[in-house]
Amino acid sequence: MAGPGFLTIYWRDMLRFVRFKTVLVSSLVQPALWLAFFGIAMAANFDRLAGSVPTIPGVPVVSYLTYMAAGVIAMTTLFTSLFGGIVLLFDKNWGLMREIMASPLPRNHVIFGIALSGMTKSFIQAGIIMVFGIFIGAEFFLGYSAGQTFVSLLGILLFLGIFSLGFLFLSAAISISLESPEGLQGIITLLTMPIFFASNALYPVNAFPPLLQIISGINPLTHLVNGIRFFAIGDDFQSIGIHYTATTGEIAISLCVLAIFAAIMFALAYWRFQKAVVT
Amino acid sequence: MEDRTIIEVDGLVHRYGDFLAVDHISFGVREGEIFSFLGPNGAGKSTAINVLTTLLPIQEGRVVVAGHDVSKNPAKVRESIGIVFQEVTLDRDMTCREILEFHGRLYSMPREERRRRIDELLELVALDHKRDTLTRHLSGGMKRRLEIARGLMTRPRVLFLDEPTIGLDPQTRLKMWDYIKEVNEEGTTIFLTTHYMDEADRLSDRVSIIDHGKIITTGRSYELKNMLGEDIVYLETSDNSATRALLEDLESVTRVSEKDQGLVAVVNSDGTRLLPHIMETLGKHGITLETVNLKKPSMDDVFVHFTGKELRDGGAERPVTTAARAGRR
Repeated sequence: MAGPGFLTIYWRDMLRFVRFKTVLVSSLVQPALWLAFFGIAMAANFDRLAGSVPTIPGVPVVSYLTYMAAGVIAMTTLFTSLFGGIVLLFDKNWGLMREIMASPLPRNHVIFGIALSGMTKSFIQAGIIMVFGIFIGAEFFLGYSAGQTFVSLLGILLFLGIFSLGFLFLSAAISISLESPEGLQGIITLLTMPIFFASNALYPVNAFPPLLQIISGINPLTHLVNGIRFFAIGDDFQSIGIHYTATTGEIAISLCVLAIFAAIMFALAYWRFQKAVVT
Repeated sequence: MEDRTIIEVDGLVHRYGDFLAVDHISFGVREGEIFSFLGPNGAGKSTAINVLTTLLPIQEGRVVVAGHDVSKNPAKVRESIGIVFQEVTLDRDMTCREILEFHGRLYSMPREERRRRIDELLELVALDHKRDTLTRHLSGGMKRRLEIARGLMTRPRVLFLDEPTIGLDPQTRLKMWDYIKEVNEEGTTIFLTTHYMDEADRLSDRVSIIDHGKIITTGRSYELKNMLGEDIVYLETSDNSATRALLEDLESVTRVSEKDQGLVAVVNSDGTRLLPHIMETLGKHGITLETVNLKKPSMDDVFVHFTGKELRDGGAERPVTTAARAGRR
């Protein structure tokens, strides 16, 4: 059995992922370190400040560490996904891209294969952050039954999966269009700043100026974080003195935003791949 | 088998902006032969091979490879060909086996056939002992052999080789030629580009000399050499212009050209018999002969004859300054 073509691309990318233990270990340890150092340091400050704000009676209080753990999962997924296509750029300049382009494999299989392996990497990382986060005190799935936890995990994976696909398609589109890894590095840095900081990953957006609030509202990262918090923490909680509620409808809208984003990014990648000439 | 055309190119043109890289070329490759494009760097060889292998779109002209029109049915063409690119295109972080495995999967080869073929090919290119070695640890020649094995993985009807021995040491080149011949003897048609005269000469059944995007001439290498005449006489004398006039009067001299120091005369009879006569004539006119050299035409001479310049690595645009010498390498 040969299997569908995109599995070939997937197989090869995963082969590289597990081959180099330093890359593998660092990519897994890095998000945990974020959570351990930044998370604990910020949590100590925020929780102290939040202590001076009166809590809303009857609404469960969630620690800052729990609040931002969802953000760290989202952030890690963003970074991993944006860099997920870089192998295509290396392949184009020094590797297998010409062989792939000269083969009968349809080009959208290259996009799917890379996206699938990037998604797998994101899932592995998210799993590690969740386990580690819970270990250092993040209160995920608090009071959930086993069944509820399982459903919530599936929900989180669904959000993560669609989100990472969107940014992997984008990464693939950029990689196939560029000539140098430095260029990709630059573009990714330009993209990550606004996406990461104009979002609700690390802090509430309520106090943002209006323009920043609008950006945050259309930012896929905000919608991913909404989804993760909804499934991991709940639909009604307060953190750092702010009351968070989410209805199923709102979460469905967030999911739709991510799906539309992914679809647009796929169209972009498809177009770039059809136009790509590698010689 | 004889005379069945497997590659048919008619009026192919390729431009990069204003630059005409391939200028109306037409040729045919017969099934089972080794066919070479010989020309300097930048002559348009790689562009032509990229169009033939579907990597570049066809701008003008018609190309049929293995019975399929390249512009109408690129997928079918891709299934019938193998390619070895000019630059190394291996993943340094994969093993030899994985490189071949990846290729087999790309072409949807069934698992069992992949395994069998990988064993066969690693043996053919003498890399079975490097099966599980990362390609970053292979020598230049080994990488090339692995790429040839990869090109053969799907049993293509035509194998395209773009500068197959570029950057290899002389011994390794000889071995590469043996592998290429062996592959050809097993029935694969080979289309190769090269800027090495000896490679085109010794390896190929037929050669096309290409320069500035045009095919200048095509033929078997001995035919091309015969077109020049039988022998080439190189002379340095005390009075080259007078010698030139004398030589041009001789019936058996077909062409005389001047070099920096001396003269090159192409003769249509046996040079060894003509030489004493030339010496005698020069003596009669009081001209001293300083150097004399007689040789059979080489591909270098063929190239100089048709393009008016010597073919050297990266020096294609240099005009001929010294006589083409045999046994350049």
